[in-house]
Amino acid sequence: MSTPSHQYRPATRTGRIADFVDQRVGASGMVKEFGRKIFPDHWSFMFGEVALYTFVILLISGTFLTLFFDPSMAHTTYTGSYDPLKGVGMSVAYHTALDLSFDIRGGLFMRQLHHWSALLFVAAVSVHMLRVFFTGAFRKPRELNWVVGGVLLVLAMAAGFTGYSLPDDLLSGNGLRIIDGIIKAIPVVGTYVSAFMFGGEFPGTAIVGRLYMLHIMLIPALILLMVAVHLFMVVVHKHTQWAGPGRTEDNVVGFPVGPVYAAKAGGFFFIVYGVVGLISGFFTINPIWNYGPYDPSPVSAGTQPDWYIGWADGALRLMPGMLGDFSFDWIIPFPWGDNTLAMGVLVPALVLVGLLGAMFAWPWVERWVTKDDREHHLLDRPRNAPFRTGVGVAGVVFYCVLWAAASSDLIATHFHVALNDVTYWLRTLFFLGPILGFIVARRIALALQRKDREIVLHGREAGIIEMSPEGAFSERHEQIDDYKLYKLTSFESYEVLPPQADRAGHVSRSEKLRGKVSKFFFEDRVAPVTRAELEEARSHHGHHAVAAGSHEELGQ
Amino acid sequence: MKALSQKRRHPLAAVALLLMGLLVTGGLYAAASSVNEAQAASAYSASDVEEGNKLFLANCATCHGLNAEGTDSGPSLIGVGAASVDFQVGTGRMPMQMQGPQAQAKPVQFDEEQTRQLAAYVASLAPGPAVPEAEWLDASLGNSAEGGEIFRVNCAMCHNAVGAGGALTRGKFAPSLGGVSEKHIYEAMATGPQNMPVFNDSNITPEDKRDVITFLKEVEANGSPGGAQLGSLGPVSEGLFVWTAGLGIIIAFTIWLTSRPS
Repeated sequence: MSTPSHQYRPATRTGRIADFVDQRVGASGMVKEFGRKIFPDHWSFMFGEVALYTFVILLISGTFLTLFFDPSMAHTTYTGSYDPLKGVGMSVAYHTALDLSFDIRGGLFMRQLHHWSALLFVAAVSVHMLRVFFTGAFRKPRELNWVVGGVLLVLAMAAGFTGYSLPDDLLSGNGLRIIDGIIKAIPVVGTYVSAFMFGGEFPGTAIVGRLYMLHIMLIPALILLMVAVHLFMVVVHKHTQWAGPGRTEDNVVGFPVGPVYAAKAGGFFFIVYGVVGLISGFFTINPIWNYGPYDPSPVSAGTQPDWYIGWADGALRLMPGMLGDFSFDWIIPFPWGDNTLAMGVLVPALVLVGLLGAMFAWPWVERWVTKDDREHHLLDRPRNAPFRTGVGVAGVVFYCVLWAAASSDLIATHFHVALNDVTYWLRTLFFLGPILGFIVARRIALALQRKDREIVLHGREAGIIEMSPEGAFSERHEQIDDYKLYKLTSFESYEVLPPQADRAGHVSRSEKLRGKVSKFFFEDRVAPVTRAELEEARSHHGHHAVAAGSHEELGQ
Repeated sequence: MKALSQKRRHPLAAVALLLMGLLVTGGLYAAASSVNEAQAASAYSASDVEEGNKLFLANCATCHGLNAEGTDSGPSLIGVGAASVDFQVGTGRMPMQMQGPQAQAKPVQFDEEQTRQLAAYVASLAPGPAVPEAEWLDASLGNSAEGGEIFRVNCAMCHNAVGAGGALTRGKFAPSLGGVSEKHIYEAMATGPQNMPVFNDSNITPEDKRDVITFLKEVEANGSPGGAQLGSLGPVSEGLFVWTAGLGIIIAFTIWLTSRPS
């Protein structure tokens, strides 16, 4: 310590500043670790970045909005410049939100920027999760990061919903009323939770202020924390990559953060900002002045939540209140009187919880079925994991049915069909859609795999028809290049793993179930082409291949 | 007086009293509510009624009956008033193209004169809501803020917050109010066409109806301060837009970025 071990003498001013910082916080180690982190290049890897950038836009535009928005539910009379609301009684929150739209320079743009980037934020998070799911990027060692990502999705929806409720216009108030109804449907504690949340009877005078606290402080702080954990794990795990020559389970091929990816990602941030900015400038979103102040009595047609809450609204719309003479309001007699179990609200809520739960649990489900405990850093092409692709498509179809149900009224008016028929069809699809989705998606994946296999073994159809001296017609097949060959042959295909006996020779019930699921998932499979098969095929086709080659030379 | 007080315990006294009360309140109500509904009935001449009758027999009687008394295919028009005819025929809903959940607007089939004659004929059958006076249709005289409140409480649940329209059950729908004339908006409120409820003058006064017209016309004239309004359909069109155009543009950029050699 006493002897100056630091012989380095920086020559420039920048160097001196950098050296000063480095000696105190050891920044060079961090820069080395992060700066040399490798990112593989593929368009589908960039949705996480889009989510991060839209979140930054949300922080910037949100900060501007807090300067002028007042989350008070105190009563006031509108005095701003929007004529159709002049003299109308409303809350201070709605008044200031209107002022932001009409009387503060740039306010409307910032509101629209905030709202559009919120919609894009949740959409980017969702697409990112779909990419991770369908490519199997959640497998060991990344299961926990999948969970963190799922928590981020839930937080994003919570951030969106609390923001949607702040302006205290008719639309946001109707949304809150539905949430209030769902909370009240919780058995035993529901009414208490609702009373605590709203500070008494709905709507009360407290809720906007409380949601504001959640929206601008607690939820963003949690999102930031989860983003930090998420990115930290991305660095620890390294990035996944597509299989290719030189790309293995043990390396990552791509560009380092410094300088290439930092420049690219920085540029991409401005592209995203620019795109959202243009959309915000040219397309209106949430025109709160149209909806009017919140009043518990009116509900206007076309009252829907933002898209990411749509599936919840759809679940409520699909659930029948009565089925023939059977009521879903279950009245439970207790010694102190009758209590009602509102199954018409509870069942949809459980459906949502179930879908989210399945999403969180999937990595463990897959590990349990396959008993695959190895690390995976190479991604699956969706066709090469037909079972997972099938399950994923089933989940997407399920979600989309709920999503469509949230806009059943607009489907009815815009496609000139009866609202009731839309609901009946969607109820049918609610049950059949995921099953059909699974079957169709898995069949397509298997078919694509067979096509790949055909291409590997027999080459690509060249579209050139040849006539032999005997008069027979045949199509010439061309061998694909080695890069393509590598891509089409380097994947794994799980086989059915029958129930295994434990040490005592006993096959447990859960193991029997696992065996059944394994059989269901992997009974139909297409094996990757082996080296022996490829050599056999090539030697068999040798004559044709040479002939094809010589023709090509002639052609050139 | 003595006779009356002696019979006050008669078993039918209560019934008589009730009957009297009902008659008085009913009579007063009828007098009060028909005051502003019999407005312009006298403006039609006898020849208008006669011409209207001819048009009616040629074009409407198949469904509505030879004397407008109604058949299985169409309702009675006795008492629906001139406003009803002016709305239904003036917006092309009548004559109806086909039976369905509700009559749809289509190109108008009769000219103004013919529509007036048809209205005169139907108005001659029994008193009913008349075609509104011009003073109730002048949007510049109304108050848009009050009209907006009335609209949100009474109309927006079917017609959407700015009148973009909405769905009803079993194929019925509330149409968009964009581009609908002041007169037809008023008549729709007064007569309740198709599945719409009637908002008579004691429910929404002519002044209030004018406020609603002012609100709708002002919102329409204002345009959209925030840019293209995507059909004014609320969060559904916004979500659709962000998933198609928004994400589409972003994906195009990601493909462009990752396809560039570094």
